[in-house]
This record gives sequence, C-alpha cells and structure tokens, in this order.
Amino acid sequence: MTESATAHSPTPGPASIDASTMRQMYEKMHLIRTFEERAAEQYMRGNIGGFLHLAIGEEAAVVGAVTALRPTDPITSTYREHGQALARGSDPNAVMAELFGRTTGVCNGRGGSMHLMDRAHALYGGYGIVGGSIPLAVGLGFAISYRQEDGVVMVMFGDGATNQGVLSESMNMAKLWHLPVIFFCLNNQYGMGTAITRAASDTELFTRAQAFDMPSRRIDGMDVMAVYSAVSDAAEYARSAHEPSMIEALAYRYRGHSMSDPDNTRPEEEKARWRARDPLITFERVLLGDAIASADELEQLRAANVTRVDEAVAFADGSPQVPISALADNVYAHPWSTNPRGGATMPSADQ
Amino acid sequence: MSTSPPTSVSYREALTQAMREELQRDPNVFLMGEDIGLFEGSFKVTRGLLNEFGPTRLVDTPISEAGFVGLGIGAAMSGLRPVIELMTVNFSIVAMDQIVNNAAKVRYMFGGQVSVPMVIRMPGGAGHQLGAQHSHSLEAWFTHIPGLKVACPSTPFDAKALLKTAIRDDDPVIFLESEGLYAKKGPIGGAEDLIPFGQGIIRREGTDCTIVAVSRMVWIALAAAELLAKEGIHCEVIDPRTTRPLDLEMIATSVRKTNHCVAVDEGWPECGLAANIAAHVYEQCFDWLDAPVGRVNAADVPMPYAHDLEQAALPRADDVAQAVRATLARRER
Repeated sequence: MTESATAHSPTPGPASIDASTMRQMYEKMHLIRTFEERAAEQYMRGNIGGFLHLAIGEEAAVVGAVTALRPTDPITSTYREHGQALARGSDPNAVMAELFGRTTGVCNGRGGSMHLMDRAHALYGGYGIVGGSIPLAVGLGFAISYRQEDGVVMVMFGDGATNQGVLSESMNMAKLWHLPVIFFCLNNQYGMGTAITRAASDTELFTRAQAFDMPSRRIDGMDVMAVYSAVSDAAEYARSAHEPSMIEALAYRYRGHSMSDPDNTRPEEEKARWRARDPLITFERVLLGDAIASADELEQLRAANVTRVDEAVAFADGSPQVPISALADNVYAHPWSTNPRGGATMPSADQ
Repeated sequence: MSTSPPTSVSYREALTQAMREELQRDPNVFLMGEDIGLFEGSFKVTRGLLNEFGPTRLVDTPISEAGFVGLGIGAAMSGLRPVIELMTVNFSIVAMDQIVNNAAKVRYMFGGQVSVPMVIRMPGGAGHQLGAQHSHSLEAWFTHIPGLKVACPSTPFDAKALLKTAIRDDDPVIFLESEGLYAKKGPIGGAEDLIPFGQGIIRREGTDCTIVAVSRMVWIALAAAELLAKEGIHCEVIDPRTTRPLDLEMIATSVRKTNHCVAVDEGWPECGLAANIAAHVYEQCFDWLDAPVGRVNAADVPMPYAHDLEQAALPRADDVAQAVRATLARRER
C-alpha cells in the first residue's frame, strides 16, 4: 500500500465539530489505546482467554466513525471491537470483565473479547466469522426502513471481508432496496498475515461499491477528523437520501492479528512508516496547534484514562465467575429443558 | 376469517393461510425470499399474498441466500418477525454460516440481549428425479444445533398450526416442508389453533412396535403399518412433529408399551435423525427393549437421477415393514 493511495482521500470538509467533541475524541482514542495495552498485559498473565485482537493503531478510524453517528444508530463490528464498545460509551469495567469472562461483563461472560454487544449503546455485536455480520447490519437497516425511522446503520469490517461473497450480496441488497447503511471498511492492509496485495486483485477496496452503483471513497484512517467528516457525510446521505454508501479507511494495526501472532512477516520499515503517523500523536498536535486543548489538559485526561483502565482491571479481577448453573441460560427465549448435557430434548412439565 | 375452516385443504394452502393470518395479525411479520411475490413461490405457497399485502411485506430477493437469510436475522434482532423462504432446503447450505453462526448463537453469546424471532421455511426431500444437489433431507443438520428449533409437519393441519406457532415464537425456527406433501389434503384448524413445539402425536395406535417418523416419512410409516396389520402386527406410529424440541416422553411411553422401536428418516444414516432417536430410546427405554432399535434411512449415497435408482435409495413402506419384521423376529428367537 503506497502513500499515494491516500491521495484519493478528499480534503476533510469544513468540520462542523466543536472543541469539546474533539477533546472527547482524543480522550476515547487514548482510552482505547490504554485499554488495549492493559488487555494485552492481562492476556499475558492468563486473565484473558481465547483470542485477543487489539486495535492499537486503528483508534482514529474507530473513534472518528463512531463519533460521527447518533448514539442510537446501530453499529456492528468484527472480533476486533473493544474500541467500538468504548467509543460508543460502554462501561470499561463491563468490557474488561467480559474479556475476563466474568458475570459482570457486557455479555455476562458468554461472548468474550470477540463477541461484545451492548444493546443499550446500539452496539449490535462483534462477530467472529469474517464478513458474517455484514448481512445482519443490512437487516438492521431493513428494519429501520420498514418502520420508516431515520436511523443509520454502520457495519464495520476489515479488508479481509471484502473478499467474502456475502459483502457483495449485502451491498447489492442495500442499494437495491435503498437502505440506510454505511459500509465502513477499516483497511488495515492485512487479512491475518496475508498482505492485501496478495489477497485482492484490486487493492482499491472502495471500488467494490461501484459495481452496485453505490458512492464510495477512500479516506485516511489515521486522521480522526477525516474519518469523522467522511462518516458524517455518509450518515447525512443515508438519512436524507435513504441510500447506502461505502467508506474505506486506510489504517494500520501495530500489533499482529491476535496475541498469538508473533508478527514477524510484516516489514519493519513498513511498521515504522505507519507508526510515524500515529493517530494519537498527530491528533494531539492538531489539538495543541489549534488551541483546542492545552498540554496540561491532555496530560490530565491521559492520567484519568490510566486510572479508569486500572479500575476496570480491578473490577474485572474482582468480579465473580459465571456460575456453572447458568451454563444453559439464554440458549432460547423460552427453554424447555434444564439438562443441556442430556440433549435438550425432554419437554418440561409446563409444556 | 371463516369461522368454520374448510374440511379439506392442501398442505400448500394450509401454509398460505397460516402466513396470511399472521401477516394480518402482526405488522412486524414480513415474508422474504426468491420469487415469492410476483412469481408466487416456486411451489406456489405464497400465492395471492403479494396482491393482498404489497411489496413492503412480501419481498422478492436476488439469488443471495446467505445475504437475505442474514438480513432476516438482523431484522429479527431489531424486533421484526421475518418469515424467510428458501426455495428449497438445498440452498440452505449456502446460508449455513448465517443460520448456525448467527441465528442460532446471537442470543446466547450476547448474554440474552437480543432475540431472533424468525422463521426459515424450506421444502426438502427427494423423489422427483432432481438429482444429487436438489434432493436433501437435512433435518439432522438443523436438529444438531442448539439455539434452533426445528419443525417438520406431515399434515395440512400441522403445517398451518406449526407455522403459526413458529411465526409467534421468539427463537429462530427452521421450518422443513416436504415437496412431496404440498398437494396432500386434509382438515386444518382456525386462526388460533396452534400446536406447541415438542408435542408429538400418535398417528396410529398399536401394541407390537413403535415406528417414529416425521414429515413425509409419517405416511410411509403408516403405509407400512397398514401392510403389517394384515400380518397381525400392530404398529404404533408416532409423529414428533418437531425434532427440536423432541417429544421424547411420547416416544418413550410408547416404546415401554411395545418394547420395540423402528425409526424412519429420509436423510442419510450416519449421525442422522433416526440414529438420534435410537440413542434416546436406548437411554430412556433400555430395560424395556426386546430387540435393538431398527433404523430405516435413505441409502448412504448422493441421490441418483435415474428413476429406479432414486426409488431404491429412498425409504419405502416395504423397507419399513421389513425393518419392523426384523425387529420383532429377534423376540421370537
């Protein structure tokens, strides 16, 4: 991926955004980075199981996109979605507790790192099959349209998902039926360990939307204001024109695919080049340069985030394990058996 | 709505009536599928409904099974009640990731924050020389999955009543219709005649051997029971009507009476529906059994095209009767 590719990105429009929102965005970006670093540490200590996919480096894309929507606009995401939850306003305690698999987690310990849902914040879930959540998001958009509401759905997926057939199916239906859906592709340029140049015949992923007569653009996903501006435009378009669109945000994840990826195949020079454009550092320069915030204010904000994440870890660590007796809760809305090991097939007395 | 439902209605029309009544009853119900609107469905199950309810509630889709099944799941997660038609069960295989990974799991893995009140209707079964890719019976696949419910009606009455139960259910229901039963006629119930899931029915009473079958195989089992009655063998035919939940109480009660059991299943034998029923019967009725549980399945081959080969691959009444005789023969040894 070349720097020139970002030349497709339009100049961010006149940002109708106030100073406090900009400070909030920086705060969220820093919260995500802090949270992810602590999650990695807790994973190494054995407090977090399974897979752990970190979004370090992708904070601008996540926060810019989420902030541009109304808090009630549904979002779906991938298994790399701690940031989406935090950006949406989910309680860091409950998110960390979910990673720890505790009963106080956002999904009561049933989902884990890959499957965060927070319906109160219209986060409709993180999903583990690449591309698998995309038609669900189109269904959320269908429901908005069916009920003639004015919400907008944003489905966030990675570059890898653009090679799944279900994306094409979903884009086609969204455009065919004029659904208010933003297809937000966070292109971090690697599908696990496979570089996009080895996986996509056309690496300009935003062009995929052209096959469906859908407007699309590539933006700099390391620039939170550019992302905010693009998603604001897309949301306005979806709300007013009742049409879908696609955004490709070019970014980079600093870590490997997951904690079990030693990340020894990506060129060091490439990593260094992207780290030099670190989204937190560049946005801090904007905030200071435009006198949106003082260095002291930012330092206080960062310290508060560290404390907040310390609290989240302590909360998760001190939270109760999920009782084994709750193993079969929520398989069904109306269960008929209390014995999952026997084959849940013996009707209970009340049926 | 007619207060006295007609006494003889086809299985197809029974399904149409169920959907018509539920569309009228609940504005959250909508139908979606390939060629269900203007074309009125490949098997004409949605005949007349587009005119009645319009294109917002009867949505013709592109040929994108994974896409529109997934769309239905998302719509259901936000409270609508989609009734998705897959043209046949064979195309569910294309949508299996959506069904298994999303429909069946989102309630559980998100800690109960969402429901998926959707129905996926699909006709299946073989017998029409449609070849290897259009002749599946996948009851066992779906029954395997926690989070799904699976209904397999065998009569017009059950087709209507179970579909209405399915549409009102808050969990995802796989509704397996039989291509071979669409023209079958019989009585149906009224608008509020529903059948709870997990409640089987004894189609024929008998004392010598219990035959368990669903969907079209119920009729094969009844034909076998008729053949055997002439030999003085009296079979009890049980139709569980839903395979998940399964009315194991009814099956176990019958087997404890007859001490013999044959399970009939139009799918393949390995890890199949009949195998599963046999396992339950062994667990629940081991001390009552006088012989091993018999199984009658489709042949363990992809479905052939040639007419005689296909017929030979499918369970027939003679096969079921022979399995019952073999099971009972153990008693006399």
